[in-house]
This record gives sequence, structure tokens and C-alpha cells, in this order.
Amino acid sequence: MATQEVQPNETLTNLKAESDTLKTKLEDERAKLHDVELHQVAEKVDGLGQFIMKTRRTLKGHGNKVLCMDWCKDKRRIVSSSQDGKVIVWDAFTTNKEHAVTMPCTWVMACAYAPSGCAVACGGLDNKCSVYPLSLDKNENLAAKKKSVAMHTNYLSACSFTNSDMQILTSSGDGTCALWDVESGQLLQSFHGHASDVLCLDLAPSETGNTFVSGGCDKKANVWDMRSGQCIQSFETHESDINSVRYYPSGDAFASGSDDATCRLYDLRADREVAIYSKESIIFGASSVDFSLSGRLLFGGYNDYTINVWDVLKGTRVSILFGHENRVSTLRLSPDGTAFCSGSWDHTLRIWA
Amino acid sequence: MSGSSNLVAMKKIVQQLRFEASINRVKVSQAAADLQQFCMQNALQDPLLTGVSSSTNPFRPQKVCSFL
Repeated sequence: MATQEVQPNETLTNLKAESDTLKTKLEDERAKLHDVELHQVAEKVDGLGQFIMKTRRTLKGHGNKVLCMDWCKDKRRIVSSSQDGKVIVWDAFTTNKEHAVTMPCTWVMACAYAPSGCAVACGGLDNKCSVYPLSLDKNENLAAKKKSVAMHTNYLSACSFTNSDMQILTSSGDGTCALWDVESGQLLQSFHGHASDVLCLDLAPSETGNTFVSGGCDKKANVWDMRSGQCIQSFETHESDINSVRYYPSGDAFASGSDDATCRLYDLRADREVAIYSKESIIFGASSVDFSLSGRLLFGGYNDYTINVWDVLKGTRVSILFGHENRVSTLRLSPDGTAFCSGSWDHTLRIWA
Repeated sequence: MSGSSNLVAMKKIVQQLRFEASINRVKVSQAAADLQQFCMQNALQDPLLTGVSSSTNPFRPQKVCSFL
């Protein structure tokens, strides 16, 4: 019938018009509150003195690019994963390798330490996230106790335990994030909204509640409610893939690192970008970011082999750290904030303090 | 019918946008002041800002051992 054919198209047009109006309204609302820049507010703050950090340990042992690393809560152990398919647990004080697992796939892009320190999770091109309990017996074959927890339809890009060993949050090249029960492997919640690969995620500090942020190839950073699965806020100001996201220690903001060679700070209560960390001389993508304990410093690992240290409030670069001989792919502050670890395509990890 | 699935998708987008447009926001001056205050309050507890001596930072070089 002619009238029935016209109806759906009309409603589609109306919805499209409403969507455009809402997008403009969002921009206007955000712009109204943009009364000052962060660095202007921070003008009266003392500048940071000379900042010297050096490589204190170099962890050698991976046979190919290091793709991801995570600290254990004991502040000395580290898990790292590599393109060579190996996942290694190190004692960062002594640089000894404590455990090594060979995954059935290459490109293990994600790894995470369990809060208890008794297990590690990892995955990559196998599209899964698997949990390996760490045995005190060095001779025991860890691969035998492996538990497959998450199943995606494309590569696993990041994983993180929540506050306990019982749940894992994952992000994937299939465009989704998901929350899983470790014991049963059951999918507890899935998060849809990214238009392409999700590359990174970070959980909000536990005091601020059940949310997490994800970043993807669609240039968007999304903040999600873990219980409902809803996207609460969305930010799209980067000009290329977002490789890394990390919450500011207070939980009120988060930083992102992107292939557009910038790092940015987004404030959740102002619902907008409040700072850009960039220089004309920095033209290579930022692969990973993390804050110091007070949130004053932002460390960024870049594809030009360097680590740039930024004054978060003033927006200026405080220091540039050289040492890696290839792209820096991953970077995390130690749990007590006294050091940070970087992993690189040069096959090594470095501890800086 | 592809028409109705486009409709469903579009409705979801509009719903999401309505939700996002309705949240409460604060002024950047307020948000920035809070970020700054957090930094200042926690600066003394930030080992990388205050500097940590060799005796407390396990990664800094220890005193040189001499061979007996």
C-alpha cells in the first residue's frame, strides 16, 4: 500500500533530523560551560623542577615485540606479553623470570595481573581471554591449568580484572567490550556502541563506582555503566585511533593517547576535553599513557621510541625519556607510584625511576 | 525489511543522544579547579614529584657493595 511505504521513510527522516538537532544541542551545551582553559586555571601553580628519570632495570627475554604489561599489587612482579606468543612473569627487582607460558597464538596483545597476584589473564589473535593460575612450583606446566574465559569474534585488544579475581573486562577488535565471570566463563554484560575495533579500556578507581572507559579506532572514547551496559558519555575529539585510555586518579577525568600524536584530558563532570598535550615536533602516535599518583604527571609512550612526560595542569612537556630502540607499546605506573614500566617493540621492558 | 532495521538503529541513536544531552554538567572553571586541587592535595604523596631516596626506592641504585 502506498501509505504504508511512505510511513517508515518519514519517521526515518524525522529521526535523522532529531539526531542532528540533538548533536548540535550537545555541542552547544558543552560549549556554554567552556569558560576557561585548564592551563589558565593552573597559571598560579608552581612549575615542576627539573625532572630526571632513568632506566633502572631492563627486562630481556622476549623473542619479539612486547605488546602489553601489567604490575602485580605486590609492586615488584610484572606480567608481559609479546608477539612471539609468550607471556612472562618477572620479578622486576631482580629481573628474574618467574614463570613463562607459551600461548597457542602469536600477537598476545593483552595481559593482566589478578588482584590476588595468583593468576594472570592474557589473549590476542586467538580472540579469547584465558586465565592461568600461577603455581608456586616452577616446574609445573602452567598451560595445563589454563581456563578460557572470554570469547570474542575478533582479536582481544585489552583485558583487566575488576576489583577481584572473579570478573574480567575485555575489549576486542569486534567492536565490543564485555564483562565475564571467570569461574563459569559466562558473559555478564556486553557493551555495544563503538563503530569499529575497541583498542583499550580502563576501570574507574574503585571509589568512584562501577564505570569504565574504552577507546577505539572510531576515534571515540566512551564511558560505560558496568551494571546496565549503557554508554553514559562519549567523546570524539581525537583525529585518529585512540590507543590508550587511563583514568585520572580522582576518577573525575581520563587521559587518552592517539595515533594523531596527541594525548588529551577529558573531564567527566564538565563532559568535554579540557587539555591537549602535543607539540609540533611530536608527529608519531602515542601508544600508551598513565598518570603519576597525584595526577600531576602524564607519561606517554610514543611510536617514535620516546616517552614524553607532561605537566597535566600546565599542558607543558616536563621531560623526554630516551632508551628504547623501537616503538614504546605499553606503559604502566607501579602500584606505589615510585616507578613505571615501559614495554617496546625492541623486545625489552624497562623500569624507570 | 532493511527499512525497519534502519529505523530501529536510528531510534537507538536518538535515544542515546537524548540521554547524553540530558546529563548535568559543570563549568570547566569548576572542573579544572577540582583537578588542580586534587593534584595539590596529593603532591606530597606522589613519590615521583617528591623524589624518593635510594633507601626507600627499591629500583634506585643501592650503595655499592665491596668485595671482601
